[in-house]
Amino acid sequence: MDMSFILVQILSGLTMATLLFLVASGLTLIFGVGNVFNFAHGSFYMLGAYLAYQAASVWHTNFWIATIVAALGAGVAGMLAEWLFLRRIYGRSEEGGFQILLTYSFILVIDDIVKLVWGTEYKSLLRPPGLTGSVQVFGVTTPTYNLAIIGIGLAVVVLAWLILSRTRPGKVARASALDREMLSAMGVNVPLTMTLVFGIATALGGFAGALAAPLRSVTPGAGIEVIIDSLIVVVIGGMGNFWGAWLGALILGEVMAFAVILVPEWAVVISYVVMVLTLIFKPEGLFAHSKVRKV
Amino acid sequence: MGSIKSYMEAAFWALVFLAFALLPLSKASDYQLMLAGHILVWGLFAVSFNMLWGGTGMLSFGQALYYGLGAYSVGIVFKYWGDGWFLPAMALGILCSIVLAILIGLLIIRVGGVFFTVMTLAFGQLAWQITFRWYGFTGGDDGIQGIIPPGILGNRIAYYYFTLVLVALSIFLLRRLAVSPMGLTLRCVRQNPDRVRFLGQSVKRSQLTIYVISSAFAALAGGLMAGVDNSIHPNMLYWTTSGEVILMSVLGGIGQFFGPFIGAAALIIIEDIVGARTEFWPLIVGIIMMVMVLLFPRGLVGEARKLVSRFRTRVPERG
Repeated sequence: MDMSFILVQILSGLTMATLLFLVASGLTLIFGVGNVFNFAHGSFYMLGAYLAYQAASVWHTNFWIATIVAALGAGVAGMLAEWLFLRRIYGRSEEGGFQILLTYSFILVIDDIVKLVWGTEYKSLLRPPGLTGSVQVFGVTTPTYNLAIIGIGLAVVVLAWLILSRTRPGKVARASALDREMLSAMGVNVPLTMTLVFGIATALGGFAGALAAPLRSVTPGAGIEVIIDSLIVVVIGGMGNFWGAWLGALILGEVMAFAVILVPEWAVVISYVVMVLTLIFKPEGLFAHSKVRKV
Repeated sequence: MGSIKSYMEAAFWALVFLAFALLPLSKASDYQLMLAGHILVWGLFAVSFNMLWGGTGMLSFGQALYYGLGAYSVGIVFKYWGDGWFLPAMALGILCSIVLAILIGLLIIRVGGVFFTVMTLAFGQLAWQITFRWYGFTGGDDGIQGIIPPGILGNRIAYYYFTLVLVALSIFLLRRLAVSPMGLTLRCVRQNPDRVRFLGQSVKRSQLTIYVISSAFAALAGGLMAGVDNSIHPNMLYWTTSGEVILMSVLGGIGQFFGPFIGAAALIIIEDIVGARTEFWPLIVGIIMMVMVLLFPRGLVGEARKLVSRFRTRVPERG
């Protein structure tokens, strides 16, 4: 194994990690703020991929506009799902599992709606013009589009961190994770906050789906693979923890990048092994202790 | 217990058993017999699953793992050693499930609530991936076909009665467990774990015990299914299988011991009527789940009981 091979894999792992982070951050945001585990988060990712396909390949819009369409569409769908359905069962403390079942039913419904609208065959999306080539990074050839994804991911991390830690909406979101009753006594519209957070989280998922579309084919059922990957990420990083999701995505992305080359058949199994090891040695996630300080 | 109500319930289930027992005598077609076999096996699977969720509040999204393990134990032993090993293979599947459930249980019962659900899902999917990819050993996507039980059990009707007896016996045992002191402790675990701790009972051990028991019966259901369908498929381990058994429980009513059995029967009959006519069966499953969760959280049996109790003045006890 020479150096350039390792570099290629590290870079491809970084691309994968960025996409994983974009999805998992939405999952962890909803969990951290609203204490809802959204099983259907991967379905919003898939919805985003299809919306991007629709905008770019059918309506012939610019690729970047298509990603915005995807994010907005997934965000609106998420807000509707929260407002119409999830909101009705928040108070029902007796059976917490119902929340999971409701989001599970979203998966089934969204999957079939996607099949109804776009059919079952694979869809693909071209890379945006200007990012179809490759450049030399440390002596290895890397697709520019992959570098762009890494850059965008970093920008989103910084932006999300600034919003969460420096602005009033971020403060409200963090507060609602801690004490919703107190927050509503302070005059904050908590239900509205929840809907908005849900919308932002699903928009992140949809955006990731759109960015990933040129790299992976767009298929129904993609949501299920993605949700499993994201839950491995949040388990590694610690549920509800923003930076944990970033670290978890980085670990999983790099492990997968090397596993795909070294043990191609069993790469998926390796990702579970990482999760199981985390569970054995640090069941609360690698980053868990910092939850108190950060998000 | 011992009230008129519980005798009526016992009488009702005796009638259900009798109906299942008389079915092969009523010129039922092979297809109807298979459908009845499905109801019995899924009914056992759902009841055992609900011991975990309805009983203790632990929502597992990975019981398909044990169901599949039971089925694949039978299938793989059959493939390599022949049909004489059918019954020992079924026992082996249950044994493997018990061992695996103890190992996984020790790992994931430390994390409660939604984490438990997520972990069970992850382990279930891991098992599915392994089964799906290990083509040489498990037959991968093709599954294993032509699993004919040995001797007299190779006869459809004989196997049907074999299934009926095992399912009835298992459900009877689970029912005894649910009303035993152990079952009572489990219900307390759901309602007030702290008090259980104060009373000197180990919450974790109770949870582990019921997780293992539930998984063992799921494996029995899987093993039985291998003989009903004469084939097994990796989809038996897929998470939608876990989802389906959850839906059966919600449909029938998770607060009722027998609810999931009714839910299993209802879902299989609906699938038989509707599923054949549409390729959007998952959409229908999703909508049924949504409606039940939002509007009828007590399930069919629970809502029916509520309706009955509205006509009577007495408040019914929870089954």
